Amino acid sequence: MTDIQASMDVLPGLDPRAPLLQINDLHVEFRTRDGVAKAVNGASFRLSPGETLAILGESGCGKSVTAQAIMGILESPPGHITRGEVRYRGVDLLKLPEHERRKVRANKIAMIFQDALSALNPVYTVGFQLAELFRAHRGMSRADAKNRAIGLLDQVRIPAARARINDYPHQFSGGMRQRVMIAMALALDPEVLIADEPTTALDVTVQAQIMSLLAELQRQRNMGLILITHDMGVVADVADRISVMYAGRVIEEAPVYDIYARPAHPYTRALLESIPRLDLKGHQLTAIRGLPPVLTDIPSGCAFNPRCRYAKDPCLQDPPPPAYAIAPHRTARCHFFREVLGE
Amino acid sequence: MSDVVLETRNLVKHFPVNQGIVVKSKVGAVRAVDGVDLQLRRGETLGVVGESGCGKSTLAKLLVGLEKPTSGSIMVRGQDMVRLRGGDLRRARRNIQMVLQDPYTSLNPRMTVGDIIGEPFEIHPEVVPRGKRQQAVQDLLDTVGLNPDHISRYPHQFSGGQRQRIGIARALALKPEIIVCDEPVSALDVSIQAQVINLLERLQDDFGLSYIFIAHDLSVVRHIADRVAVMYLGKIVEQGHDVAIYDQPTHPYTQALLSAVPVPDPRLRGRRDQIVLEGDVPSPADPPSGCRFRTRCWKAQHICAEQEPQLLIRERSPHPSACHFAEIRRIR
Amino acid sequence: MSDPNLIAMAEAPAGSGRPRSLAGDAWHDLRRNKIFWASSVLVLVVLLMALAPSLFTSADPAACALSNKHKGPAGGALFGYDFQGCDVFARTVHGTRNSIEVGFLSTLLAGVIGLCFGLAAGYYGGAVDAVLSRGIDIVLGIPFLLGAVVFSGRLSAGEGDDGVTAVTLTLGLLAWTSAARVMRSSVVSAKSQDYVAAARMLGAGPLRLMFRHILPNSIAPFIVVLTLMLGANIAAEATLSYLGVGLKGEAISWGVQIADAQGQARVAAGPLVWPSVFLAATVLAFIMLGDAVRDAFDPKLR
Repeated sequence: MTDIQASMDVLPGLDPRAPLLQINDLHVEFRTRDGVAKAVNGASFRLSPGETLAILGESGCGKSVTAQAIMGILESPPGHITRGEVRYRGVDLLKLPEHERRKVRANKIAMIFQDALSALNPVYTVGFQLAELFRAHRGMSRADAKNRAIGLLDQVRIPAARARINDYPHQFSGGMRQRVMIAMALALDPEVLIADEPTTALDVTVQAQIMSLLAELQRQRNMGLILITHDMGVVADVADRISVMYAGRVIEEAPVYDIYARPAHPYTRALLESIPRLDLKGHQLTAIRGLPPVLTDIPSGCAFNPRCRYAKDPCLQDPPPPAYAIAPHRTARCHFFREVLGE
Repeated sequence: MSDVVLETRNLVKHFPVNQGIVVKSKVGAVRAVDGVDLQLRRGETLGVVGESGCGKSTLAKLLVGLEKPTSGSIMVRGQDMVRLRGGDLRRARRNIQMVLQDPYTSLNPRMTVGDIIGEPFEIHPEVVPRGKRQQAVQDLLDTVGLNPDHISRYPHQFSGGQRQRIGIARALALKPEIIVCDEPVSALDVSIQAQVINLLERLQDDFGLSYIFIAHDLSVVRHIADRVAVMYLGKIVEQGHDVAIYDQPTHPYTQALLSAVPVPDPRLRGRRDQIVLEGDVPSPADPPSGCRFRTRCWKAQHICAEQEPQLLIRERSPHPSACHFAEIRRIR
Repeated sequence: MSDPNLIAMAEAPAGSGRPRSLAGDAWHDLRRNKIFWASSVLVLVVLLMALAPSLFTSADPAACALSNKHKGPAGGALFGYDFQGCDVFARTVHGTRNSIEVGFLSTLLAGVIGLCFGLAAGYYGGAVDAVLSRGIDIVLGIPFLLGAVVFSGRLSAGEGDDGVTAVTLTLGLLAWTSAARVMRSSVVSAKSQDYVAAARMLGAGPLRLMFRHILPNSIAPFIVVLTLMLGANIAAEATLSYLGVGLKGEAISWGVQIADAQGQARVAAGPLVWPSVFLAATVLAFIMLGDAVRDAFDPKLR
């Protein structure tokens, strides 16, 4: 066992029986010259090994910022975490010193991004970048590290891995680059993988390849996967549970089957209805009126109230609706969830 | 309904690949669009789908005159746009406009909304007399669902969906018959996409517009298109009415494409007919011989490498399909 | 700005608040910017000094008495006297005009040449670009000092000429290349923007594309280069004057002063330090002002 792994095991307060990842009441704000943008306003969720949690939302809902806060890669300034906990196996990562944080980031929680080209260093070969990880974190020899790199590229199904490790990132196609990034993220066997819009930049046929690869690797490794996306089709295909975010809050959380069958929050419902459907051909799509809120000026009460067709007086009043428990493992922040469910 | 407003005949666009800095020599060509025949009828929406690199964006640029075709013709109202020059071309161009993909980059950030929408009138002063232009711009803003009083605002003061409406207003200014929509909603949030699609459909009804709707999102195309053309590596591989393409696809590529689209219904997980294609799209600079899809196709035989399949109605394909082994396979 | 969250945040609340023009927005920002105020006050003072030096000192910069050699500050002579017994303060104030004039005019000349070359090369591309870019490279290949010595000698009108025109032309003709290169590359990137394609699609001609769409969106880095160049040219005039190929005869400038005081620096630092301070402060003020104004006028930063 290497030094790093040894030091990981003595992380103060590490409890193997505690939840793999638990986020409690996370608040993040950006202090810009136009005012304070409240990007995340009390997000909470948990993730178990082998589970896929989808964080679903539109741009500006705080889903990417949440991921950055979990990873500890939030740009600060202007970003500030003002409240909350990010617990990995019971350890609050936000309270760790930066050098401990860095070890967690490399070894336990990894992330892949939408844009693989800019996430890989263009001046080094793919093989070098992979091998470097093993050399730095595992103290391997050059030859061992190279072999491990080849093995990893094989695992993510890059054809002729042995030859291609000497290629530079720009010599790979979009789908292949995304595979390289997945390989890099998985190199140190993390327990949690955060995928931020991993297939948004890819074509549908390639997207299908990447999603099935991710699902297979997750199964093999019993890894917890947080999938951040706006695509309700991708979510339906792979997620176990869904957290829907709006204006920095998790407004509904539920197992995937329940949420598609019977959404409990008007926003979730409206999103599902706005997808073009076969049986509605020739009809108008059900559009959500209005615009997403400006984060420097989030409406009081329920942030969705100006666009909601269920909104009544209580929705305009602070505090915002609490997370009503509407079924086991199911919450929704809507005062009128019964009406939404019942229709 | 049946009169054709736009027709392309064997439209080809090759981009030369050059080598050398001082003395350039042509070493090859990227065959972005390689022999495309399309027909667009009045009031109809023709969807063009395909993945990146299939040539659909180049096709859009050819149609609106941003690129000059290598060969072939683009007939609008009986005139060949490729051969028109000078004033005739300028007038003919008024008739075919475009809505671009990215509402953040398609509006000049240093011009007011009034200037952006009014620019078509400055370039074509004969359309609206000078004194009436501001009113015309305000009417256009109203038409696309924006507040006419916002005429002196700048693009950065609008959200993505609103900016796309500004782009649509600009395309409408010259009262065209045809609008080419190049991925008009793919940069927008889901909740905003529906608003813009509804707007496009309403405008089509109000003004009798014909759309060429280019997109990679098959469910959006399915919603809006009357007919669909599927492109792969610069060629149309299958074409037909929306029902034909979506419910009875006969080309293997169309089938794979349809099966790859994630369906927003978790109950179908694992039960769908999923065709996961091997590999990536080959480079359009060096496309495979014969059928261009054969390198990724599970049906490929010797004949596919030797003989290029034509886009024809076949024994087992009731609509045109460019596959020797075309056969209906329902995807769900 | 690639983060979609930040883009969404940067959006102004559409539908609320009074509409503001770009200039209005810029002024709104500038009013709150301390650097803007500090630098513009400094620039105004320097300009005033250049236009009306007598407002600042009543002493004659040419009235020197050797008996005052290296005397300390006394009376009106705030900065003391130099080795020829001239009033350093008076000379510095009166030197402002030549320094500013050379700096401004040479930068203007370089800017005009750079803009034309950069815009044409970037917009037309291809053969035009190849020819113009090689032209830029050739000028860039001229060693600055050697070129300046030859040019200013050739351009000088001979006896009695104070050298201001010659130095201005020399600096302008040698300095435009960096501006042209920056302009070319930002035109190339602006040209490929979607809004340019949209205008072409509407049938816009090359002049409209260049001056309505490309130039306003590519000029910002060019302006920054010019503000830096302004400082560099004021300093370059000093260099040339020091080498004896700059201003001549009775003409004074900060550069001439610095050159004169150089040899005596160990005996008396004042005559060297004060014009240098003026020079540095002016250059800094222009750079900061340019920066602040550029940021305020960039709608993309909102």
